[in-house]
Amino acid sequence: MFTLHRFHGGLHLNAHKEDSSLAPLATAPVPPRLIFPLQQRGGQNAQSLVEVGDHVRKGQVIAQGEGPMNPPIHASSSGVVSAIEPRPLPHPSGLADLAIVIDTDGEDLALEAEARPDYRRLAPDELRRIIFEAGIVGLGGAAFSTAVKTDPGHRAIDTLILNGAECEPYITCDDSLLRNFPLEVLEGARILMRVLGVERCLLGIEDDMPEAIRALRETQQAGDYADIDVVTVPALYPSGGEKQLIRILTGREVPTRGIPADAGVVCQNVGTAAAVYRAVVRGEPLIERIVTVTGQGVKNPGNWLVRIGTPIADLVRYAGGYSGTAERLILGGPMMGIALPSDALPLVKAANCVLVTGRGETTGPKEALPCIRCGACAEVCPVNLLPQQLYWYSRADNLQRAEEYQLADCIECGCCDYVCPSHIPLVQYFRAAKGELVAKQRERSKADHARERFEARQARKEREKQERAEAAQRKKAALAKPDASEIQDAIARAKARKHPLESAPTAPRHERFPHPEVPHPEGEGEQGCSDFHVDESPKAQEPAEN
Amino acid sequence: MLAFLAVCVLFTLFGALLGYSSRRFKVEGDPLADKIDALLPQTQCGQCGFPGCRPYAEAIARGEADINQCPPGGEDGVLALADLLGVEPKPLSGEHGAEKPKSVAVIDETRCIGCTLCIQACPVDAILGAAKLMHTVIAAECTGCELCIAPCPVDCIAMEPVRENLGTWLWPKPDGTR
Repeated sequence: MFTLHRFHGGLHLNAHKEDSSLAPLATAPVPPRLIFPLQQRGGQNAQSLVEVGDHVRKGQVIAQGEGPMNPPIHASSSGVVSAIEPRPLPHPSGLADLAIVIDTDGEDLALEAEARPDYRRLAPDELRRIIFEAGIVGLGGAAFSTAVKTDPGHRAIDTLILNGAECEPYITCDDSLLRNFPLEVLEGARILMRVLGVERCLLGIEDDMPEAIRALRETQQAGDYADIDVVTVPALYPSGGEKQLIRILTGREVPTRGIPADAGVVCQNVGTAAAVYRAVVRGEPLIERIVTVTGQGVKNPGNWLVRIGTPIADLVRYAGGYSGTAERLILGGPMMGIALPSDALPLVKAANCVLVTGRGETTGPKEALPCIRCGACAEVCPVNLLPQQLYWYSRADNLQRAEEYQLADCIECGCCDYVCPSHIPLVQYFRAAKGELVAKQRERSKADHARERFEARQARKEREKQERAEAAQRKKAALAKPDASEIQDAIARAKARKHPLESAPTAPRHERFPHPEVPHPEGEGEQGCSDFHVDESPKAQEPAEN
Repeated sequence: MLAFLAVCVLFTLFGALLGYSSRRFKVEGDPLADKIDALLPQTQCGQCGFPGCRPYAEAIARGEADINQCPPGGEDGVLALADLLGVEPKPLSGEHGAEKPKSVAVIDETRCIGCTLCIQACPVDAILGAAKLMHTVIAAECTGCELCIAPCPVDCIAMEPVRENLGTWLWPKPDGTR
């Protein structure tokens, strides 16, 4: 029997899952226009590989990022690149940056899929390369490069965890995936196990998804998947948080500032596993995903298999359009999602849910009242933090104290916000303070880097100065060296020039050695030579006449 | 007599120990200047009147310079220095310049004549180029010190504010301050 562990706090929320999970999965048609923002995680722009007017095919790489953290972006249908222009990003900042816009031609011409050899014969590195080139990132919401996450380096990994615990209310895209594609998820798990070299895989799934659990178990029995444990966990928000799920399934704690690999675990979303399967076995890049469209603000809530790059407006249109009560547009769930200013924004790889709330369905921002120190926030915090203390320090910009109270470990789940009787937007304070901390850190490391470069430059200049001084020294020494006989020779030569007949014997010597033999010191410039030539110049001879 | 000898022996021992540790654990350099230097922004711009951040840090440590002479460090920098040195914070002194948004130098490459003067001026070797060849600024290394602007004979260098992106954007505080 599998023993489950518990994490601190958490909330039992009204799940609203049936709103969208009752309708069968539908495939969204190709939208007239696809938008692919180039800016990636961390703010770096991917380089566009296409130009305006180019015809692209489905599955074609249209932009390439730098480094393993930024996998390529693929066109999700065929068409013509109509613009590469700044467009607003689906991000709380509302920043705009370059995006590739493709006007689709409706033909959906695909690149020919490469025939893939059996993945059991491929080395882990090769599999990681395929995963990277297929543009796969974590589909749970963080969009972290899967190729990087499955390469834990020196850390010893013994367990792969697949995260199917979709704990946030309203969202049912993973539920839908598990019900419709259980085989792809289990096969994807196998591939990921091979990449990581682990023997054990735990698939965590919340107990309020009975259909998905049944589908998984049936597939498991039909095939030979004894090495994958499907574990049901009690529905409790945020059990789908990476660190929380690891805690529930293994009892291990991911260390502060650490990653799951430090606890011997790699955690992947079930959607990512399915994408890995498609990339490795079928040679298909990540160009579509399941997105939940739900809330009282849409007419027909449900799950849609939709192309990445589809504008949210089109997706809402497929779902019957907005109902009369539509009020707010949220990307993600009601707890951690972000409010969007417009539905012209595209769906990116990390988008799992479009929530259109009806009137009064979610509480909007309320006026915050003073903290009454009730401590309710600390009781529900799944990370065992003291949100109340963090609130004081974040609000007062006392970042050092906030850091000491482990602000960086906050997962921004919103439990404290939810229970706060004073409606204080705690998470927003924490996000602001966390951002400030990271920015300070970045500035600090940039300053350290600048100091290093400055010192290296100073050292180099010092060295060059010394070398120049040494060169001058050597030159001086070389100049001082000519002994008496050479000076005699020089005088003789000078005389010979003046009275060629008298000093005939020395003349041939003069001809033979038009320039006196002087060892040229290294680094000596033209200056040095001309200094010496002064001896022979007519000007230098003048004093000799007197 | 025995007590006297014992005290003498102890004195000698402790003396030797102190002498040894003063050599063995001698602190190289000036630890206070190091701490101050760690708080300075390392722009190396010289706006404080010293040739770089380190000399300014040393001057503060000797008590020869005030803590409010570093415009790139801004108010935050002054506060950090005041905190470290246990003195009252004060506003930035106007004569050394005002705090500006972070920016990087950008060379207009069509106008650059390849004179290398900016390369020589750059304190952190952030400009790439050679004589009579076009120069360019490595944006990631540029500290925004503006020292390259004055030497340029064709005025082809401009300061451009650093653009915000998803990596540098910060959540605002709920009360709208920041």
